[in-house]
Amino acid sequence: MSATVSPIDEVKTTPWSGGRSPFKVEYGKMMMWFFLLSDAFTFSSLLISYGALRFSAPTWPSPSLVFQSVPGTSIEHGAPLVFVGLMTFILIMSSVTMVLAVEAGHRNSKKEVVWWMIGTIIGGLMFLSCQALEWNHLHSEGFWWSAIPNKETLQEFFNAGVPFGQQQMTSHQFANLFFTITGFHGFHVFSGVIINIIITLNVLAGTYAKRGSYLMIEKVGLYWHFVDLVWVFVFTFFYLI
Amino acid sequence: MSSEPTEVHHAEGEHGETMTRKRIWKVFFILLGITCVEFFIALYLVPNHHMDMKFANPAYIILTLVKAFYIVAFFMHLKFEKVGLVYAILVPILFIIGLILVLTNESHHWIHLRM
Repeated sequence: MSATVSPIDEVKTTPWSGGRSPFKVEYGKMMMWFFLLSDAFTFSSLLISYGALRFSAPTWPSPSLVFQSVPGTSIEHGAPLVFVGLMTFILIMSSVTMVLAVEAGHRNSKKEVVWWMIGTIIGGLMFLSCQALEWNHLHSEGFWWSAIPNKETLQEFFNAGVPFGQQQMTSHQFANLFFTITGFHGFHVFSGVIINIIITLNVLAGTYAKRGSYLMIEKVGLYWHFVDLVWVFVFTFFYLI
Repeated sequence: MSSEPTEVHHAEGEHGETMTRKRIWKVFFILLGITCVEFFIALYLVPNHHMDMKFANPAYIILTLVKAFYIVAFFMHLKFEKVGLVYAILVPILFIIGLILVLTNESHHWIHLRM
């Protein structure tokens, strides 16, 4: 066998010539990344339009006045950021339980994966309950899609001296943007909880143990962290600035 | 169920570095710490006039971006992926920055139209 292999017949092995995957990730995981990229564009568009409307408004409802109560308790005034701080903590915490589930999956420890996934699901449900309370509280004050509180209530949310006409205009924008953006985020959290439940049931059924890899946990983990990531931005732009 | 240390080690060796439990908690405390700093600015520095909103807002945005880095790099594991994948995800984000620049610039003109 002295035949020399011509260059064209050589089997190519380098990543970018078709030899092997240049990204070295499994197909589903790569697609999850690209889905998240497209989702990042969607959320950015929403948040950037919020920014544009807010920058172009002469005034805006003050976050420390609108969000100064703790829904579900009797605290109505003087506690800005407390409730949303709790929500942020819950979501970051559930992100941690998610990475711990991924880490347990690397060690093929079915039992630990299940427990951390259950922790993540509980965190997600707690966050959704908090959001329901927050929405309910704002709704009871009179905010809803294209609905704003009456004149007396509205005045509480602005610094002194803002004309009523301006208050009305920006409150409408605030209400629409707040419910649309936190609603879209909340819908993502809700879908994430459903997906996590399905994946946990699969883990319990032994699907991934049979498959020999818990890569699916990593994929849903990516989605879940993305939801957390979006919340970090929503939190900053709605509650802090 | 049963752990197979040799195989696991092999799989992680391909990825190079990866997330250990210690590192996960470290990132968690960094995220928590940054959030606490944001709260300190919002609840103490700004109400007591130690810091103007002109400086607080950029500070919030920078801290948010730092948090975003830690979530994407460590929790989402992007730091340990192949550089090709990292660029495929990060470079399109430039379009978002473009939209931010265009619309913030635009909104400064709208305010004159509305007043």
